[in-house]
Amino acid sequence: MQVSIAQFFQRSDYLMSLPMILLTIFALGILLIDLMLPDDWKWANAATAFVGVLFATAGLIKVQIALGEAHRQMVPAFMNSMVIDRFAIYFWYLFLAGAAVAILMSVHYMDVEREHHGEFYALILFSVVGMMCMASGWDVVLIFIGLELMAISTYVLVGFLRRDRRSNEASLKYLLLGAFSSGIFAYGLSLLYGLAGSTNLVIIRQRLAQQMAAAGDHADPVAVLALLTVATGLLFKIAAVPFHQWAPDAYEGAPTSITGFMSVAVKSAAWAMLLRILLLGLAPLHKIWVPLLVFVSIATMTAANLAALTQNNLKRLLAYSSIAHVGYMLLGLIAFGSANTPSGVDGIRGILIYLLVYTFMNLGAFAVITSLRRRDVIGDEIDDIAGLFFRAPTESVLMLVFLLSLAGIPPLAGFWGKYFIFLSLIETGHYVLASLAVLYAVFGLYYYMRIANAMLMRQALDKEPLKIGGSMAAALGVTALATLLIGIYPEPFIRAVDWSLGLSQHPAIAHLVK
Amino acid sequence: MVPITPIHYLILAAALFTLGTIGVLTRRNVVIVLMSIELILNAVNLNLVAFSRMWGLQGQVFAIFVITDAAAEAAVGLGILIAFFRNKETVNVDEVDLLKW
Repeated sequence: MQVSIAQFFQRSDYLMSLPMILLTIFALGILLIDLMLPDDWKWANAATAFVGVLFATAGLIKVQIALGEAHRQMVPAFMNSMVIDRFAIYFWYLFLAGAAVAILMSVHYMDVEREHHGEFYALILFSVVGMMCMASGWDVVLIFIGLELMAISTYVLVGFLRRDRRSNEASLKYLLLGAFSSGIFAYGLSLLYGLAGSTNLVIIRQRLAQQMAAAGDHADPVAVLALLTVATGLLFKIAAVPFHQWAPDAYEGAPTSITGFMSVAVKSAAWAMLLRILLLGLAPLHKIWVPLLVFVSIATMTAANLAALTQNNLKRLLAYSSIAHVGYMLLGLIAFGSANTPSGVDGIRGILIYLLVYTFMNLGAFAVITSLRRRDVIGDEIDDIAGLFFRAPTESVLMLVFLLSLAGIPPLAGFWGKYFIFLSLIETGHYVLASLAVLYAVFGLYYYMRIANAMLMRQALDKEPLKIGGSMAAALGVTALATLLIGIYPEPFIRAVDWSLGLSQHPAIAHLVK
Repeated sequence: MVPITPIHYLILAAALFTLGTIGVLTRRNVVIVLMSIELILNAVNLNLVAFSRMWGLQGQVFAIFVITDAAAEAAVGLGILIAFFRNKETVNVDEVDLLKW
């Protein structure tokens, strides 16, 4: 049999993966250029990385236009191992936005930490490439490799402050637990391959559905084991209870800008992967995973909100708050998975909107915390933010905006995420879950207001005014503007989400919404 | 003699996976924990190769990727462990106790 390379690749494959290719080229470029840069020129690496993200965004716009011109919902690439659809494009924009803001936040911070190396920015770009593979993976091999590319880059980023014990420890814990969970995840994927005879998610779904139909709607015990192990890996990556213990430690020890990056971009990527796998590959098993998620989401909201109440470290507090947000987002998936009506779609819309607003408001909060860092001040305790209003009125007002948004107060972006999730719960008749979620949102208000209280009502322990550089000001400006804009005028953003879901035409959505 | 069927490989892989899990959860030495994680990944490889006898090459390709990933993870893991050891002079998991609650 004649086999030529041309059978395996098409020219459109390269167009579709243009953003990934550009990011990889820029990351490699940074690694080379870094060797030639003198010590006080290290900001040039950040500039290169930022330009790389801009180029990738331009590439992504090109991909989006090509998809529109072809009038296609999706384009499979690289022998069906990757799929470029609107869902993937939406997430790719989110990752690029998260990476861009994280780079802006890092410039001054890494200088203060005296760990300003080019590898830092190269690793951020590499992890974005991994995230893109996760969000557009159609084949579990690509999803797994993307996951590991992202995870291994992040392990190193978390431990980047080599001389800092907390950073070492956070990175070690994250690595051990992360590698353990990837192992369990890979075991589940191998079982899925054994059951379905293919690593493609679409074929996995077909075969699982056939097997269930043949067995009279009962799931094979091996399929259940595969579901449980895969779900363990997925829930670990989004940091849901009971697999959340790594998150507060990794978030506290990591460089603050990386904490922000992890809590938004890495988390969105994990969510994209979770939605792809549960809604596409494992959709036939939804009668099993929905009750499982009900348990997990209640446990997540309870444990995270209660633990956040007593935290005194800002990064740790926001880590628990981000776990709590995962609990709310899981509710959207429950509403979607348990209802056979179109109203369940609001659950998925809610998750996507939540991830969008969360990207900006959480990065903004971490940007303010990052700006507290000085040579002699670590600046991540609640005491460090005390009296911030008297030292830096602008930053403290912005922080207040981010905190109120995180708590879900109406005129701000965070409200819309919660609104759609709670709406979908009520529409699908989950009244108990909806009331629980609202109750826990009140708990959330308490611990966010604790930070606001320290910031506005207490005396400053440290009188020195904050000095922030231009890039940090840009990061704060962009996140604050987005938080306000999405809050006041959400319609274009909601429309973007509807566009990305191709409302009910998307194969991931179509199977439950008939 | 009983012929060896895929189910035998599955049981062997499940046993390896369980051993690895027990190792991760009970051993104190970080190096041994890393080795236990390798054991889990090898269980995955065994599964994949056994299944690919039934289904075709895809499983073996996946196994190659898993092996590569295991190598990358071990390299980064040992690097982080060295950075940790320089500051703390220990490789015991129960002395990794700076960050808690």
